[in-house]
Amino acid sequence: MSVANDAFVGRAPHGAIHPAEQGSGHGAHGTRKSYISGFLLAIALTVVPFGLVMTHSSVGTPLIITVFALAQIGVHIVYFLHVRPEEQSWNLMALIFTAIVVCIILGGSVWIMHNLYLNMMPGMMQAPLG
Amino acid sequence: MAIGITSAHGGALAFKPGYADNAADALRDLRPGSETTDFELEHHHDAAGTAQLGFWVYLMSDCLLFAGLFATYSVLHARTAGGPAPQGLFNLPYVLTETAFLLVSSFTCGLATLAMGRRSRGATLGWLAVTFLLGLTFVGMEVHEFAHMVADGAGPDRSAFLSSFFTLVATHGLHVTCGLIWMGIMMVLVVKKGFTPSTESRLACLSLFWHFLDIIWVGVFSLVYLFGVS
Repeated sequence: MSVANDAFVGRAPHGAIHPAEQGSGHGAHGTRKSYISGFLLAIALTVVPFGLVMTHSSVGTPLIITVFALAQIGVHIVYFLHVRPEEQSWNLMALIFTAIVVCIILGGSVWIMHNLYLNMMPGMMQAPLG
Repeated sequence: MAIGITSAHGGALAFKPGYADNAADALRDLRPGSETTDFELEHHHDAAGTAQLGFWVYLMSDCLLFAGLFATYSVLHARTAGGPAPQGLFNLPYVLTETAFLLVSSFTCGLATLAMGRRSRGATLGWLAVTFLLGLTFVGMEVHEFAHMVADGAGPDRSAFLSSFFTLVATHGLHVTCGLIWMGIMMVLVVKKGFTPSTESRLACLSLFWHFLDIIWVGVFSLVYLFGVS
């Protein structure tokens, strides 16, 4: 009997998660409210950079485009894919790992190829670097 | 077997975090018979969770594929070889319309998932159909844009910039097309079989896929179109 009690004590943390998931109407699928707020945020984060570029306002535009793109990706991940930073999960671990690798691939390629370009003999490339 | 371990070690060993299966087995034996179904349900829940984690790992590897294409485009975007440059080529209002279709489709896909959670077959099918039409419009607009560019002499064979552009954007478009085929199959499955654990798990994966494609599109319109024109 004492074994059984131990068993239930040992199980308690996991058991506590299950009803909470049911209560929020399928925790894994999010709620209508979270989809609507994510949708509205995504609209705002899309319209602002498009508006800036289309009205040809040139004040720090590349930085603004980058910040808004990263913010929108964050909004999609939290509100649509339901990966939340406060929940430790394998999904989050895989996501962080992927983000690091993506940064290395993108940053590394641009860095290396730019250096290669600068070290080229004049006349080897036809088009100038934009 | 699990119960043997539990008795011998006073219930301590089986309940370490890594021994979840043993713990579940031990509990099934210890608890009254009525609780068994609860565990079967939970086991099902775990199986669906494993499937979704596996699909998530696929999405992350797909993300690396796109990272390679984004890196290629970043390196080659200025190599126009005297051909058309991004500034004169891209039509931002058109791209904004495409973006709107894909973003709204991502939202309606979420609504379909919510309807599935409520076990409402009609609403799920309705929202899936809306998502399908929006996605189809997106692909149609993209094909139209490509055909227009090729007709204007700005095809993928014109310059390194255009090769990398077509590879990146068409790979995304191909993913969306695959998503549309998958969505069509899922609608037939929901009509024929209703909500079985396997259809629900597949629909959940489809919704992850669809939201993921929208995230990739955010990268495409920012890096390719907005950076290209600004």
